[in-house]
Amino acid sequence: MTGPLAAALVGAGVLFFLAGTVGLLRFPDLHARLHALTKADTLGLGLVAAGVALLAGDVLVVARLLLIWLLAMLAAATAGQLIARAARPRPREPRP
Amino acid sequence: MSLFADPFALLGALLVAVGFAGLVGGADLVRRLIGFNVAGSGLFLMFGGLSGRMLGAPLPTGPDPVPQAMVITGIVVALAAIAIGIALARGLETVAPPDE
Amino acid sequence: MSALFDWLLALSALALGLASVAARSRFAAIALFIAYGVLVSLLWVRMGAVDVALAEAAIGAGLTGVLMLQAAPGASAGPAPRLRALPVAVAAATAAALMVAVADIGRAPGETLGARAMAELGRAGADNPVTAVLLSYRGWDTFLETVVLGVALVAVWALAAEAQWGGPATARQRVRPAGLLSTFGRLLPPVGLVTGAYLVWTGASAPGGAFQGGTVLAAMWLLAMMADRVAAPATGSAAIRLLLVAGPALFLAAGLLGTAFGTMFGWPPGFEKPAVLAVEFGLAVSIAATLALLVVGPPQLGR
Repeated sequence: MTGPLAAALVGAGVLFFLAGTVGLLRFPDLHARLHALTKADTLGLGLVAAGVALLAGDVLVVARLLLIWLLAMLAAATAGQLIARAARPRPREPRP
Repeated sequence: MSLFADPFALLGALLVAVGFAGLVGGADLVRRLIGFNVAGSGLFLMFGGLSGRMLGAPLPTGPDPVPQAMVITGIVVALAAIAIGIALARGLETVAPPDE
Repeated sequence: MSALFDWLLALSALALGLASVAARSRFAAIALFIAYGVLVSLLWVRMGAVDVALAEAAIGAGLTGVLMLQAAPGASAGPAPRLRALPVAVAAATAAALMVAVADIGRAPGETLGARAMAELGRAGADNPVTAVLLSYRGWDTFLETVVLGVALVAVWALAAEAQWGGPATARQRVRPAGLLSTFGRLLPPVGLVTGAYLVWTGASAPGGAFQGGTVLAAMWLLAMMADRVAAPATGSAAIRLLLVAGPALFLAAGLLGTAFGTMFGWPPGFEKPAVLAVEFGLAVSIAATLALLVVGPPQLGR
């Protein structure tokens, strides 16, 4: 039973990656592209990790998969914010 | 075992040529260094792919460890060379900015 | 099915390598090169060489990418690569010659060093044969490699202006104190430090080792510097210079000790694994410091 369920989860994850990539290539401006990329990839990676975790059969491996997902989420969210901020037309900051 | 059963050595050979073209015909210093690096990783892939073929069946721990260790050494030395190259390129562009 | 996957992966890597070399802007070339490095790393996983895959992802794609991005603003929009007849002809001839070599070398399995490396694993002090090759069989080679890293750092530093020699590695970044990057620079390093130390520790028996773990440690130091959590060190400080040479010096001392047991870099019988682990941790610290300072660049140049 876990086999088909895992395959369905991984397949759904790959679909989200595909959607994110299409968004990255087709959306008109940087913010829309970032939106497509960060959100779809985070969810896609989560689904793939969940599918693989079903097949792992070892709590330590599942914990490592969870940690990888959390770290990837943290990195994607931070990188997305930083890129969006760097692209924003800058109000003049007071010099320290 | 068929000669082209796996793509690794063949891909490596093509990447060496691609990297060489970039190294010689590259548009600026950084892109030439990228060509240098692509050629380097192509050589590593060739080495890994060919050693897998020489070994036949992999050892219980995986592929031949000797080429693996040599490729790791190569990757680290390539980074050292690129670091000098980038520092030289940045220094050159501070002294004489590219006119583009 | 998995052969099809390998061929698709190889085609993607070739396309990315071509696109990176032929990119119109320097920034695009670097971005494509980083993606190319990740695919090459996956190819090494497919070959079963996880040690190399870790090194390629961490050093080949990650650190090299960061290093190149520092030079990205220099000439953002350059001309497309010149396609002159001679380089293209030489590249095509190279490709043809290498393909002939690929078709010719290793038609049948032959004698390799791998089997002999496995036979002596007990005396080499590591269950991971790649670590055994790096630290025991080819210890001399690996020692000189760490020296090469140090020499490269001296060469990079030597590009600084006379007055800057020994100065701080780079100007301070301006980062908002409670901003996003600052928080990230505080959250990630503890996790990264544990991961780096784990990679060094596990390298004796599983994929990992001083170079892979040291690179993770270097990345954490770089992140802390970029997020302005720690200041860039003065390149003239005695503590930093001691940190840079400690690993190679320990490796050399252990190697010389080996002469008492018969051969240079031969580990004391019965204490092979502790010796390898001690050298690995010493090397990892020095490799981390050297790699991070190589990426940071010469004191104050171009800022």
